[in-house]
Amino acid sequence: MNVVAKLTNITRSPGDPKVLQAGPSVAGAFDGLARKLGWFSIALGVVELVGAERIAGALGMSGKQDLIRAYGAREISSGILSLSVDKQAGLWSRVAGDGLDIATLLSAYRHDNPKRDNVGIALAVVAGIALLDIIGAKGVTARHSRRGTKPRDYSDRSGFPAGTAAARDFARSERGQESGAA
Amino acid sequence: MRALVWHGKEDIRCDQVSDPEIEDERDAIIKVTSCAICGSDLHLYHNYVPAMLPGDIMGHEMMGEVVEVGRGVNGALKKGDRIVVPFTIICGECDQCKRQNFSVCERTNRKKNLGDKVFGHTTAGLFGYTHLTGGYPGGQAEYLRVPFADATHVKVPDNLTDEQVLFLGDIFPTGWQAAAQCDIEPTDTVAVWGCGPVGQMAIRSALLLGAKQVVAIDCLPERLSMGAAGGAITINFAEESVVERLQELTGANGPEKCIDCVGMESHVSLAQPDTVYDRAKQLMLMENDRPHVLREMIYVCRPAGVISIPGVYSGLVDKIPMGQAMNKGLTFRMGQTHVTRWTEDLLRRIVDGQIDPSFVITHTVGLEQGPEMYKVFRDKQDSCIKVVLKP
Ligand SMILES: NC(=O)c1ccc[n+]([C@@H]2O[C@H](COP(=O)([O-])OP(=O)(O)OC[C@H]3O[C@@H](n4cnc5c(N)ncnc54)[C@H](O)[C@@H]3O)[C@@H](O)[C@H]2O)c1
Ligand SMILES: [Zn+2]
Ligand SMILES: [Zn+2]
Repeated sequence: MNVVAKLTNITRSPGDPKVLQAGPSVAGAFDGLARKLGWFSIALGVVELVGAERIAGALGMSGKQDLIRAYGAREISSGILSLSVDKQAGLWSRVAGDGLDIATLLSAYRHDNPKRDNVGIALAVVAGIALLDIIGAKGVTARHSRRGTKPRDYSDRSGFPAGTAAARDFARSERGQESGAA
Repeated sequence: MRALVWHGKEDIRCDQVSDPEIEDERDAIIKVTSCAICGSDLHLYHNYVPAMLPGDIMGHEMMGEVVEVGRGVNGALKKGDRIVVPFTIICGECDQCKRQNFSVCERTNRKKNLGDKVFGHTTAGLFGYTHLTGGYPGGQAEYLRVPFADATHVKVPDNLTDEQVLFLGDIFPTGWQAAAQCDIEPTDTVAVWGCGPVGQMAIRSALLLGAKQVVAIDCLPERLSMGAAGGAITINFAEESVVERLQELTGANGPEKCIDCVGMESHVSLAQPDTVYDRAKQLMLMENDRPHVLREMIYVCRPAGVISIPGVYSGLVDKIPMGQAMNKGLTFRMGQTHVTRWTEDLLRRIVDGQIDPSFVITHTVGLEQGPEMYKVFRDKQDSCIKVVLKP
């Protein structure tokens, strides 16, 4: 980031300040994790969209190509949401998606499926990612949540040094003067 | 010097940057004594307004002491003067400035071509607000170069604190203009959407301009409590229907005057399905803004009423019920604030003790804590309403 900010220095006029040394980022660890999971989600979604046939073959789920493509689209939208300012919603949508993935894989984890071993591996991988998603979702939610502190009561902050009633009276008299003068 | 610098979406840092220098003879340089984070800065923090570059310095609410003046400032300012800097940079000489339409000054946007292309006609240069409005470095920094300084300043007396006068540069005149544009009558109900800093100023301005009743709408209890303190009846939109309550409060007429102090980032919730629709379209880059408040105002406003819009919109909005607006004969008033049009009168009101805008400040911190405070303000944590930074 330091480099990019310094690169734009050439666009600045002589009297404008230019970045000498960038300060530290204050993004939390979970914000970083959200970004990584967001990009991962998009990449996986693209693979599911274009490689649905091969995935279906490898998991012994022939006939489920369209479902896999739909899941790909879902991954991409979760990814975009995780990269946006609504990253909490993005990561929780990933967690829900993991649930769907696991349910679908379980339905293929049958003894009569010749690719049962592959399905087992896929299940383990998805479970691992789901764990990361849950950690990430909980983390960003906690970091950006309002919960925990009670909203403060600012009812003593009228902003009118003489009080609200006096301000109303004042407004009335100022109006009176205006219409009197007119 | 140190400054808060934009590095990307949700990435503002306290950087070391070079000091500003006088570039034009009408420039002055101030040592910033106080500056603030504005709701408008959040739109940049979220990267909703295009044309920010990594390395841009944030901030457009600032004041300080003059430490250097160019030759062309011609005695309008001298070293040691204490000034508030309006966020709209003005030349004071062009046709629009002469008409006091300061936020559309024709000469101060140094990237006029870009402004002309995007808006049809350029608007004024703004501090710390993207390259569409000149790419001028902002004032969340230790020092600031003020272009056209002979016109772009408000001198303030020494016996008032920074906190009392700082908001003359933006949110106080913004709330005031929003109310003034409503041409308030003593029989009017003025409804204010959004109880952020701008909404708080609009509530008090509407009261001082003689509204019969002011209604304040938000979903955050601490902000509603501050709105009530300013004399408003409050509606918590997360708990009650805004339209029903407004009808009740106005004998089913609807408020005569409606003020949008929310702008393009309306709260998204399933209870307001249109906001989810807007958010989805935003994510697909098919819409810039979430105009829920505009739709609600048009629907509920009394026919022949006024819709006043200080809330910032950046580009294309969708599903605006033009048929309702047209047939109800509504008047729309909007714009970036013509700050200097109002400052003399508002400063007098502060001096006279009619109002003290410092009521809105909830957090005061050093510049290094600025990046973290962007998050706290955005996430509405710790009952944060207005952050003042002391460089
Ligand atoms: N025109 C100008 O010159 C000018 C100057 C300053 C600020 N602004 C704009 O004014 C707006 C408000 O600024 P701020 O500093 O008060 O920001 P803010 O973000 O602190 O306040 C916005 C408030 O609106 C509330 N809100 C969100 N959705 C709502 C809804 N549907 N109904 C009612 N309330 C809702 C939020 O809870 C929040 O309290 C921003 O868009 C900002 O860019 C314009
Ligand atoms: Zn502002
Ligand atoms: Zn001008």
